[in-house]
Amino acid sequence: MNTKISLRSVEKSFGDRKVLDGVDLDVASSEVIAFIGSSGSGKSTLLRCINLLESIDDGAILLDGVDISLPGLDADPIRRRIGMVFQNFNLFPHMNVLRNVTLAPRKVLGLSADEADDRGHELLRRLGLHDRAGAYPDQLSGGQQQRVAIARSLAMEPEVMLLDEITSALDPELVGEVLDVVRELKGNGMTMLLATHEMGFAREIADRVCFLHQGQILECAPPNELFGAPRNERTQQFLQRVIDSGRL
Amino acid sequence: MNETVPGTSDRPGTVASGTSHQPVSSREVRRRFERHQKRRSTLIALTSTLVVVGLLVALIPQTPGWYKVKRSFFDGDVFSETFPRLLEAFVKDVQIFLWCAPCILVWGMVLAVCRSVRTPALFPLRLFAAAYTDVFRGVPVILTILLIGFGVPGLGMDRPWNSPYLWGSVALVLTYSSYVAEVFRAGIESVHESQRAGARSLGLSSGQTLRFVVIPQAVRRVVPPLMNDLVSLQKDVALVSLIGPIEILRQAGIDKSKFANFTPYLGAALIFLALTIPETRFVDHLMARERRRTSGTTIR
Repeated sequence: MNTKISLRSVEKSFGDRKVLDGVDLDVASSEVIAFIGSSGSGKSTLLRCINLLESIDDGAILLDGVDISLPGLDADPIRRRIGMVFQNFNLFPHMNVLRNVTLAPRKVLGLSADEADDRGHELLRRLGLHDRAGAYPDQLSGGQQQRVAIARSLAMEPEVMLLDEITSALDPELVGEVLDVVRELKGNGMTMLLATHEMGFAREIADRVCFLHQGQILECAPPNELFGAPRNERTQQFLQRVIDSGRL
Repeated sequence: MNETVPGTSDRPGTVASGTSHQPVSSREVRRRFERHQKRRSTLIALTSTLVVVGLLVALIPQTPGWYKVKRSFFDGDVFSETFPRLLEAFVKDVQIFLWCAPCILVWGMVLAVCRSVRTPALFPLRLFAAAYTDVFRGVPVILTILLIGFGVPGLGMDRPWNSPYLWGSVALVLTYSSYVAEVFRAGIESVHESQRAGARSLGLSSGQTLRFVVIPQAVRRVVPPLMNDLVSLQKDVALVSLIGPIEILRQAGIDKSKFANFTPYLGAALIFLALTIPETRFVDHLMARERRRTSGTTIR
């Protein structure tokens, strides 16, 4: 298995607060990594750093062995290869669904309007949204919006997908439809890094689950191991709290 | 909401059943009370309006100067004689407005984008835009018109470069673009950071993000304040008369002197209203349509 993404002692601070404190991780092609941990543990920041939405203070992030975290590097061509889906969808409210999906292929990849539309319709069909192509984001349910956001990201044919708590803003009954899409992506061999509070889902879909605490990966193991027999004391405490609150 | 009377509600019978001893009669009492309140407030509003209007109608003609004011401001003959000329002169106001407005919008947007640029290399641009808006927002329009309208033609250039229409318009564009730039800038800043994150994560450059994602949303949001500025512009076009052009205000002044009567001013005011009120309503209509189109539900 070749390594798709490598994190090497990644550090990031916001002011005095250290959000990432030496994160090391190798992610293989087609591997699915789930980051778990309490709010503020650095899950989202880590994903934003990989997508270069935040710059890191120290360390390195390698994509196919190339350091993409070097300062002064043009981030745009790298972001094209890494798709990101956000907790609050971040859809463009002034564009209909199809335009949301086709904007970047047209403007960044230079596809013609027809080519982009074909690609957009195809994706929307795949995600069960073909009848909503002309709707505006505000007219859709949360689950539909999030699926549009995933389609928008997939339209760039990324090599890696970063999913940042993509079900946290959804009503419980809408979570399933979004997770179905993630399952399908895994089936297609997409390399994915996801931050999540859905322990059950992390357990089901991830090849490895990584527990983040105060900006450090304390434990990284296949789900059965991490959920079944967590080695680190902090992980045990965290999972116990999750169990106590009835979310596992 | 048609009713803004405090203490009334369209939903009778919202009594917490746990605390009421006699649920049915309590609900009836409340309903009766609310109906009574509503009727009472309507009555009060009606009475007070009638009293105020009645007093005005009764008292104004009692003032010692009313007879003279009536003659010099509400003269029907003067009105009908001057009105067509005013209307003709008003075409000039509309023309000035029509060529100024696009320039203002474009130039204002350029300034706003300059001020929103975050690249350090372009800091001078940002500084220029900031200084520009500070200066032209800080000087009364009328002074800018006088300074530019009398100053620049003084350079002695040939026609058409000495035209008061040209320099009056330039003064309006300079001033109003600084207002409009601030409006656009507020709109640009109101677009949430997550929209930029969404766009950048797809590989769009910062310029593309601004152009396709941020500015379209910003413009939609600022249409109402923008229209405010354009309606003001429509009125301030009349100030260009100070440096020469015979537009409606100047025409009204000429007719005032000719007839020794102020009625032409009233006519001019009516003409302005006939344009500005529909303008505002039209924009309200556009906004409502846009809201209906892009959102599922409308609050309020």
